[in-house]
Amino acid sequence: MMTISEIQDRLRSGGDWKEIRDSFLRRIDQLQEELKAFIPNGIFSDAEPEADSGSLYGVPIAIKDNICEEGKLTTCCSRILEGFRPPYDATVIKRLKSAGAVLIGKTNMDEFAFGSSCETSCYYPSRNPWDKERVPGGSSGGSAVAVASGMVPVALGSDTGGSIRQPASLCGVVGLKPTYGRVSRYGLIAFASSLDQIGVFSRNVEDSARVLQVIAGYDEMDSTSAEVEVDNYLQYLSKDLKGVKVGVPKEYFEEGIDPEVRHFVNNVRVVLQDLGARCEEISLPHTKYCVATYYIVATAEASSNLARFDGVQYGLRIKGRNLLDMYLRTREAGFGPEAKRRIILGTHVLSSGYYDAYYLRAQKVRALIKRDFDQAFTEYDVIMTPTSPTPAFRIGEKINDPLAMYLSDVFTISANLAGLPAISLPCGLHSEKLPIGVQFIGKAFDEKTLFRVAYAYEQATPWHTKFPRFE
Amino acid sequence: MGKFDKVDYLARLIRIELSEEEKELFSSQLGDILGYVEQLKEVDISGVEPMYHPLPITNRFRKDEVRPSLDRDKALSNAPEAKDGFFVVPKVIE
Amino acid sequence: MDWEAVIGLEVHVQLNTNTKIFCGCRNEFGAEPNTNVCPVCLGFPGVLPVFNQKVLEYAIKVGLALNCRIAGYTKFDRKNYFYPDLPKAYQISQYDMPIATEGWIEIDTENGPKKIGIKRVHMEEDAGKLIHGEGASYVDYNRAGVPLLEIVSQPDISSPEEAYEYLTTLKQIVQYLGVSDCDMEKGSLRCDANVSVRRRGEGKLGTKTEIKNLNSFKGVKSALEYEIRRQISALESGETIQQETRLWDANKGITQSMRSKEEAHDYRYFPEPDLLPIKVDSSTIESLRSELPEMPKARRRRLVEEYKITEYDAKVLCLEKEFADYFEETARLVKNPKKCANLMISILAEQLNQRGISVKDLAVSPEQLSELVNLWDEGKINNLVVKQVLEEMIETGKPAGAIVEEKGLAQVSDEGMLEGLARETIEKNPKVVQDYRSGKKNAVMFLVGQVMKATRGKANPQKVRQLLERLLEEGVG
Repeated sequence: MMTISEIQDRLRSGGDWKEIRDSFLRRIDQLQEELKAFIPNGIFSDAEPEADSGSLYGVPIAIKDNICEEGKLTTCCSRILEGFRPPYDATVIKRLKSAGAVLIGKTNMDEFAFGSSCETSCYYPSRNPWDKERVPGGSSGGSAVAVASGMVPVALGSDTGGSIRQPASLCGVVGLKPTYGRVSRYGLIAFASSLDQIGVFSRNVEDSARVLQVIAGYDEMDSTSAEVEVDNYLQYLSKDLKGVKVGVPKEYFEEGIDPEVRHFVNNVRVVLQDLGARCEEISLPHTKYCVATYYIVATAEASSNLARFDGVQYGLRIKGRNLLDMYLRTREAGFGPEAKRRIILGTHVLSSGYYDAYYLRAQKVRALIKRDFDQAFTEYDVIMTPTSPTPAFRIGEKINDPLAMYLSDVFTISANLAGLPAISLPCGLHSEKLPIGVQFIGKAFDEKTLFRVAYAYEQATPWHTKFPRFE
Repeated sequence: MGKFDKVDYLARLIRIELSEEEKELFSSQLGDILGYVEQLKEVDISGVEPMYHPLPITNRFRKDEVRPSLDRDKALSNAPEAKDGFFVVPKVIE
Repeated sequence: MDWEAVIGLEVHVQLNTNTKIFCGCRNEFGAEPNTNVCPVCLGFPGVLPVFNQKVLEYAIKVGLALNCRIAGYTKFDRKNYFYPDLPKAYQISQYDMPIATEGWIEIDTENGPKKIGIKRVHMEEDAGKLIHGEGASYVDYNRAGVPLLEIVSQPDISSPEEAYEYLTTLKQIVQYLGVSDCDMEKGSLRCDANVSVRRRGEGKLGTKTEIKNLNSFKGVKSALEYEIRRQISALESGETIQQETRLWDANKGITQSMRSKEEAHDYRYFPEPDLLPIKVDSSTIESLRSELPEMPKARRRRLVEEYKITEYDAKVLCLEKEFADYFEETARLVKNPKKCANLMISILAEQLNQRGISVKDLAVSPEQLSELVNLWDEGKINNLVVKQVLEEMIETGKPAGAIVEEKGLAQVSDEGMLEGLARETIEKNPKVVQDYRSGKKNAVMFLVGQVMKATRGKANPQKVRQLLERLLEEGVG
């Protein structure tokens, strides 16, 4: 159960990276069978640092299965990418390698990140380490499980509508989605290009900052990555929040929210105020349109992004009588039901005669959602909300009701639509012994303030020391 | 909201074969989802510019300089079928 | 009944940048299959396009040369459809905000110059190449991602001849800009045509067909001629025209309906989220404008004025920029530019054609050619010899003067010697002389031929004729 600084301490006092790696591998060996954090054949027990030093030297890290690692199976947990081994590294992988990290495996996820429960993986559902009958959340469920259960100190995930923050909340770890453009998307297999962002799972805020420090920054291979200087994040971790103004949007505490979730998140206000922050209720009036807007924008982009999986250059091919037949059969066999549903929905909202009513309108509503935040950020430094309306739900509970599943992302989607950074961290334990998360949303490229607030809160409360127990 | 009747057409357009059960199921599920997104109609969007990108950045260019291409064997290594340096597909009927 | 055709052309021009439009792979014709490819142009998952700035510059230059309005704000869109030559199953193109719009070019027609409107110019990526084999098709993605400009004309073209002239003029402009070699054989220029017919004076447009598979400018002309005839005779016999795509079969000389159950196209265009919009400010436009070379029309006018050559000669010289460049470089060194134009249009052009080379492949420098022009102009060699010397120059690279000397090709201008030969010839051919005297004045040409033969072509045939005529009139023979 080491953090990055504990690993570094051990290395400094003569420890060996191999020893550290092997201790995590033993943990993986012990828990993978019951939790299914990693994909089949996705644990690399011979992984080693590819640099002689670096800020993550010897730190084992797990990678979500939609981030390309050269020569390593990368499948988005979809049959359509069966056997795909990319001939290139994602930019984040390159950066982790040159920082000396040990890339220890690929984690399970909802197929193409379509889901909030990790149940749509073509391999198997991952299980919540707090209660194995419950989902770990999704789509980056495997990464959340791996960190929560101590299989790795940190992991990468991707977040399109909450895919890092929601599982982090449901598994009781820290989940960071950086500002859109903060981390290069090169090598992240796209779900929705204008929403996707790679981020970090960790056991505490400091580790989140350490990993972001490595992966953040401009990349010439990604036109949408920003040429904005990367702050020295560790510098901003202080225990004092004097002068910080926190907006608490009332729309995030209305119907559908579990009373215990509301209770614990409200308690966060009290702690923040004790630390010197000022918390005030605000309004983000377009909040109720986030989910609808998101499902139009995200599925539209996905329907186009996933068209390339057609059995020609890579991945699955099912033979057909002719070209068209090959396409139809390959994509029938390759995609699971949720992927098909989203692709069809996304195709519809872009199709001739419907574009204006759906896609164009949604992109305009999106601008209004962003405008709400812009306005709020003229007065407040961060915005505080629950991460998820409920703690982890049961496996199978929502899988047959897509709309109910979509609504479990109701609080995380807005940050993606507006391109803003957001972090989720544990803030309580539900009476059913399930973790609850609080979310802070920051100004664009102001991850440092997010870290500052999150760190101060974390250090003032015991939640980051609570982890699931295993026999 | 009722059933959504374009599933067949859209699935073909996007090259996905569907079973009868899937068509049936998707028609009702997508009907529900489209019913839910109807609420966007109540938003006043007059004079609002669509937000296609989260960042207000423009003009991201690359210099016209050659970079190494992929080794051909690597390019073809993931192909379901390849021959003589080509990717192979079922004959395209014109 | 009197019919008129309404034609619009869609031309795709490959730009000759060093690299592809969205990745650093080489933009090169004729490489081994799938060697100029990378994860980006192969459409591998997770990779992203980054736009080549040169493409924007070239597109703006073309837009300016076609008198277009250049967009201050432009963006890329995805055009979604499945085809094995399209690796991502979408083409990155431009939909509602093309880089250039509302331009025109002027073409020559029987009735004088005519303006043809340019509707739009947009940037996009080329697709790969499919080769159809037995039971399978083979895909080469070297071409995938090569930058293209699509240039769409207004339906202002009224005849196959005008279409041909439009293409020639357009090609010339693009070549002058140096942004494409516009070689239809190599596919760096491609053309689709939209055509409909209507009764003259009718305001409403007829139903149009789209013609594809046009492989040459002549093919475009022939295909349009055929299609116009086909549409007119269909309409005259009471049939209706189907809006459809038809393929030109150059061997059979006909267009044929594609007939495949063409599925309804729904390209689902939407703004490309992986690429950012582009703002083009007026200083960029102005600086590119200042880099524009002289355009063919202007050059023609200038050549006529500066070198006192004919309109026709100027037009021919300006067809290709390199040819006109070569002319000017040579003409500056000669006493009589007209002679230079003559030599290049008749003799040099023929030599280049025979050898299948262009003027830039020529081993003869403008300096060397100017020597030949001057020798000819000064009457030191005659028309017949010029060709022979030029051939020799092309093959050996030797200077004109040296060849003339070496082979003794200088024009025989020794009057005494010529007169001797003439008298001799008259005496040897009494019958011909008799014919001449009895009024068949043309018979003198036979005698000229004989004298020329005797001088091995080196005499001035004009002079020989005058000499013979004088002798005959004087009663010799």
